[in-house]
Amino acid sequence: MASGYDRALSVFSPDGHVFQVEYALEAVKRGTCAVGVKGHDIVVLGCEKRSAMKLQDTRITPSKICLVDTHVALAFAGLNADARILVDKARLEAQSHRLTVEDPVSIEYITKYVAGVQQRYTQSGGVRPFGISTLIVGFDPNDETPRLYQTEPSGIYSAWKANAIGRSSKTVREFLERNHKSDMDREETIKLTVKSLLEVVQTGAKNIEIAVMAPGKTLEMLPVEDIEKYVESINTEKQEEAASRRPGRTPGTGTAAILTRPSGEASGS
Amino acid sequence: MEVLLGITGKDFTIIAASKAAMRGATILKASDDKTRELNSHSLMAFSGEAGDTVQFAEFIQANIQLYSMRNSMELSPSATANFVRGELARALRSRRPYTVNLLLGGYDKIADKPSLYWIDYLASLAPVPYAAHGYAQYYCLSLLDKHHHPDIDFQQGMKILRMCTEELKRRLPIDFKGVTVKVITKDGIREQEYEDDQKVVVP
Repeated sequence: MASGYDRALSVFSPDGHVFQVEYALEAVKRGTCAVGVKGHDIVVLGCEKRSAMKLQDTRITPSKICLVDTHVALAFAGLNADARILVDKARLEAQSHRLTVEDPVSIEYITKYVAGVQQRYTQSGGVRPFGISTLIVGFDPNDETPRLYQTEPSGIYSAWKANAIGRSSKTVREFLERNHKSDMDREETIKLTVKSLLEVVQTGAKNIEIAVMAPGKTLEMLPVEDIEKYVESINTEKQEEAASRRPGRTPGTGTAAILTRPSGEASGS
Repeated sequence: MEVLLGITGKDFTIIAASKAAMRGATILKASDDKTRELNSHSLMAFSGEAGDTVQFAEFIQANIQLYSMRNSMELSPSATANFVRGELARALRSRRPYTVNLLLGGYDKIADKPSLYWIDYLASLAPVPYAAHGYAQYYCLSLLDKHHHPDIDFQQGMKILRMCTEELKRRLPIDFKGVTVKVITKDGIREQEYEDDQKVVVP
């Protein structure tokens, strides 16, 4: 693939590719998974969390879900260090927008801004693209409609009802496509988010982060105990389902088959 | 003839600011709010050059908010006051300094104490138990010297404020259209209703 057209960033290959941007997308695929799901009146962000090392202080280790303004949250997949810079730019723009027009940013505006910054880094000299995709969620000022947008390293942005980015995002997106319903209430939305993450996170609640946004409220990070409850109820549901599908077997013996995912699924995305 | 007053007590800070927006000898508005909330526990009252005041206050407000977004924690009142002073001092040495006088009232949740900072357009900063800006200083500081005590409760604080505003009504040659009163406690900032229809007799 490397044939001289991936040296300088802003150079096309003869068949119309900008390789550095495609490599950035590859970095996104290697990042931990992030999911966003819209419900009727809330929007939920879920993240796969890397297992902390024994001596790591998880309490003050930065999260993959960050607040851009009181009404906007952002989750990302890809290079953590790149995300810090991008998030900081977004926060600055959110406050600057408030100062100049006396209104908080709309979700579409801040998404467009973030995507704009990402695009700029694919067309300027001496820089490299941001190795991250983002999910931006929140509520517009004086509006109760939940919003969910995605941005990519190329600068593309798009609106979604539910979406996933990062490692195994394809598996999760397909799961969401099968299970997403319109007008889900709070419980259903959170449960769907956790359930979709469990498709690719084997280790359960301790490797999942969930944040909930509701209109007029600040970001709510769900405590681990709450996530554990969702994981438990999902697991028992799955067991019952499996038991009813195979009436010959006693419930419980099927557990292993449910929790283990088919091999090879995790690597593709 | 703008009035800014600040009083701290046992567990609160009261900030009062006159409601008249003036230009020269004309009153343009009688319901002006000369305060801005910087975060959940600090409030800044401002007076001075008409355009500068709001511009500076909102610039500070945006920066304080940006700080809490970036660091996921709120700036304490003392940190805020020192930041504001720094910005004023920087502007003072620029081509166009801000002509703004400020009172910064807050509640320090960590020290569990109310706080009040007096800042003027020359970027002097002083933490004080009670404060006034402009002509109000001449009439109110003596009253506050006599009646203020660090342990006063909210009722006593409001009583002292009443004495101050009545004295101002009595002595100031121009009507400042009463004051808006805001109170900062450990629970946050709230607006306090303040009736102002009593006639004040001048001897």
